[in-house]
Amino acid sequence: MVETMPTLPASAWPDPPAGVPASEMTWAEVVAPGGATSKVLSRGTHVRLRDLHGQACAHLLLYNAEQPWERLNVADTVKIPWQAYLGVGHPLLSDQGRVLATIVADDSGRHDALCGGGAPARARFINAAAKHGLEPRDLPPSVSFFEGVRVQGDGSLNWLGSAGAGRAVTLRCELALVVLLADVAHPVDPRPEPEVTALEVLAWRGAATTPDDPLWTSTPELRRAFENTTDYWEARA
Amino acid sequence: MIDETVAACAPWSGVVPAASTLQIVDLEGNQAVDFLAYNAHDTAERYSAPDTIAAQGNVFLATGSVLRTNLGNPLMTIVGDEVGRHDTIGGACSKESNTLRYGHHTKHQHACVENFLAEGSKWGLGKRDLVSNINWYMNVPIEEDGTLGIVDGISAPGLSLTLRAEIDTLVLVSNCPQINNPCNGFNPTPVRMILTP
Repeated sequence: MVETMPTLPASAWPDPPAGVPASEMTWAEVVAPGGATSKVLSRGTHVRLRDLHGQACAHLLLYNAEQPWERLNVADTVKIPWQAYLGVGHPLLSDQGRVLATIVADDSGRHDALCGGGAPARARFINAAAKHGLEPRDLPPSVSFFEGVRVQGDGSLNWLGSAGAGRAVTLRCELALVVLLADVAHPVDPRPEPEVTALEVLAWRGAATTPDDPLWTSTPELRRAFENTTDYWEARA
Repeated sequence: MIDETVAACAPWSGVVPAASTLQIVDLEGNQAVDFLAYNAHDTAERYSAPDTIAAQGNVFLATGSVLRTNLGNPLMTIVGDEVGRHDTIGGACSKESNTLRYGHHTKHQHACVENFLAEGSKWGLGKRDLVSNINWYMNVPIEEDGTLGIVDGISAPGLSLTLRAEIDTLVLVSNCPQINNPCNGFNPTPVRMILTP
């Protein structure tokens, strides 16, 4: 039996997340270690990434599906919330002052927005991006989940590694997105030959963040980012 | 030899040939200089903040730091630095991100991304060629809990840094026009670019 494969239709996935009807599932795939995948997801979709066996490292790039020249901007993603470490409530911002996705659940807490993916992730992203008409010039710095890095006072990097098997992160798509994922070792993993294990990806239909969500008003910066996002898609709809 | 003064808030660009040096002088102090760099012969290969950080194992740029490309290759090396710490995490200000940080009343203020787009267009570069940049003379510490700060610069009038090109390097500069935070002391000022063969 092959573990690392997509399940079609996604509603046939045997174990949807708690509270999610099988009929709402739109993506169910286990990505092979060293592999990559991609998908176009509608606004409001929730995506759960899970480190099945404890050595996954999920490198992520996001693009506005309607205009992929708008893409993840890692600098704004850490600068606007004044926070280098990704966690619940953190927005993944585009270069247009809009929210591409928000992190709505996370029981790992070991992620990285500073080191990118290195040559292995770049190689996977080149091919994954090509399948959406995107070229190597379209690859900005990426973020990664499940292998943590922390910065010391002198600026040096401290490797945390994995929080263990079964940890998951859930993203909420605030716009229709092209999602690129690669499961390869983190670039500052100090092990000579880092082990990498499979990555589970599940997605289901849902709603984007609304003004009555506490996240919307959690900071003035995030409120304005949601306002910019709404202003964009309402004008375009 | 090129010796040019970049007016406050203005862009600059030029090719720094391999083995030559580019000196950037903070003429009046506390001026952030936003900086992008490309392989002059193949601009799909460009400065990469994450590859630079991962390779040197440190988020700050200082003397000895090798600026690396998205292919991991050396692009430029910091061979002289009178300041001691520069940022490559915070990225450039844009009209769009200004609306997030400061409010929609700042939408029509000038911003570094506007400089990069205008100056880059002279070299055939477009929006997709803009990536996380360097902020020379900007101090962005990361606290233990991950909180970022843009604190008062540690630069002073006349201090400079010197970069040696490892390959022929196209440099794009935005002399940062930001007036809403301390990165320019709330008062953008000129900088001087000295290219020595």
